[in-house]
Amino acid sequence: MSEMLTVPLHDIAHGRSGDKGNRLNISVIAYRPEAWPILVREVTEARVLAMFAHRSASKVKRYVLENIQALNFVIDDALEGGVNSALNLDTHGKTTAFHLLSMDVTVPAALVGNRNSENATG
Amino acid sequence: MTYRIGSGSGFSGDRVDAAIPVVRQMIADGGGGALIFETIGERTLALGHLARRSNPRHGYDPLLSELLTPVLADCIRSRIVVVGNFGVANPRAAADRIARLAGELGLDGIQIAVVEGDDIREGLDLSGLERWEGDTELRAGPSDIISANAYIGARHIAEAIQNGAQVVVTGRVADPSLVLGPLVAHFGWDWTDWDRLAAGTLAGHLLECGSQVTGGYFADPGFKDVADLADVGFPIAEVEADGSFTITKPHGTGGVVDLRTVKEQILYEIHDPAAYLTPDVILDMTQVAIAQVGKDRVAVSGARGRPAPDRLKATIGVSGDWLGEAEISYAGPNALARARLAADVVETRLRSQTSRVRRRYDFIGALSVFGGDDASPPGQVLPEGPDIRMRLAVSASDKAEAELALREVGALYCTGPAGGGGIRTRLQSRINTASYLVPRSMVEERHTFWEGEA
Repeated sequence: MSEMLTVPLHDIAHGRSGDKGNRLNISVIAYRPEAWPILVREVTEARVLAMFAHRSASKVKRYVLENIQALNFVIDDALEGGVNSALNLDTHGKTTAFHLLSMDVTVPAALVGNRNSENATG
Repeated sequence: MTYRIGSGSGFSGDRVDAAIPVVRQMIADGGGGALIFETIGERTLALGHLARRSNPRHGYDPLLSELLTPVLADCIRSRIVVVGNFGVANPRAAADRIARLAGELGLDGIQIAVVEGDDIREGLDLSGLERWEGDTELRAGPSDIISANAYIGARHIAEAIQNGAQVVVTGRVADPSLVLGPLVAHFGWDWTDWDRLAAGTLAGHLLECGSQVTGGYFADPGFKDVADLADVGFPIAEVEADGSFTITKPHGTGGVVDLRTVKEQILYEIHDPAAYLTPDVILDMTQVAIAQVGKDRVAVSGARGRPAPDRLKATIGVSGDWLGEAEISYAGPNALARARLAADVVETRLRSQTSRVRRRYDFIGALSVFGGDDASPPGQVLPEGPDIRMRLAVSASDKAEAELALREVGALYCTGPAGGGGIRTRLQSRINTASYLVPRSMVEERHTFWEGEA
């Protein structure tokens, strides 16, 4: 077993947020195939719900897309009214993907490195 | 034979020069194909209806002529069909404007089609309708409704093109239908060929937000670097008869098309990836395969489709509360403590006035968006910053109540903590929207050709 490190999810995955009303979705996508099982294991509905508890999130549903090694989280009520009525500057929740990507995950040290060099040809 | 569809705009307010390199590339590739403009948001649609109420010639995208002027002549001369939902709340007035623009550009007699039927406000009664999942109910009587528009599909876009349209103007159609329409017109796909309709819908989903698939809304320096983001190229889909397609962008533009940009956009604003509902088809993305097939070229295949939903989604807009915002900056030593004291002063004053406005405080520079409405004051430990901007946001149905609360921030100049400056306040009325499911029988989709100004 190689050395394990605790790192932000942002080190091994990227993602994007979108909104529909008061419902938010955030994708979490593995940079490398080796990171994919870690995402599936570590980034659970319960942990995501806990990360958005302070925003009054009521429910999280996770969809697993093996074909593109991505998770899709649908989070209800985290936008405090969304574009209709939120007082938050970011009424759409555009910035929230990076909140999720700040989650701590435990990974083999070998997995952490520069992402740009790995994607020249995908 | 490959059919190319380019994106010229991904939202209302997108760059008006984005389409120029797309059209140049499509002409270099032999011409033909379609150029789409997506310019509607739920709120911009309601704002369009308000504009139309105040002037019957308004209500279409305010940037319509800026978007089309640089590319319309090239598109017409190179057989590129222009399809846009830039008609917003008034597609006929948009068609009038395009006809005038065509005349100014020396393009006489172009065929402009108008797709309508989405506007279902007249006589609408919300009480019998089921709410779209995830939305909260609107408390609105018939007279409160500003706008009510069903998301209509690709059929009349396709028929208009088959009938000779060179420009197709729509209001609220489902965004991916802007792409599916020209594809059906070109390839002659059957309206029950669900896998191909799903493939065209997926292409539309990837194009509908413009540069979000070519490096926009993506860059993260050191992690996801994007070359020449300031000149990001908008996408072109090269579609085959079987529905498989390649996403690329014009030569010589900035941005990037790779597996990461395509994956992020595949899941953008998606809930269940096995059931993405449009008026045309239910798209299942769970078997989609993507592959990098060249620099800035990603091949996409494997979309699966199921029969289209019985009902259509419709978005209703009503006028909402007043949103007030006021900010003041504190910088230098002990800035955060002074900013927090400012918030405490304002909150104490509002409580003593028994103000009923809903409110929130932010400390921009320490925390601007990640906090919950009740997280910032006064309990939470915030990171110190050398330069903090205290923001009060309030919501009230009564404008005067919101104004009264904002004045408490204005008064901080003389009465607040030391060294506060740069106060700005803003008050705006909001529009509330919610979506419902409506039977297709409520919607009479149609297209007509422009025949001179009414």
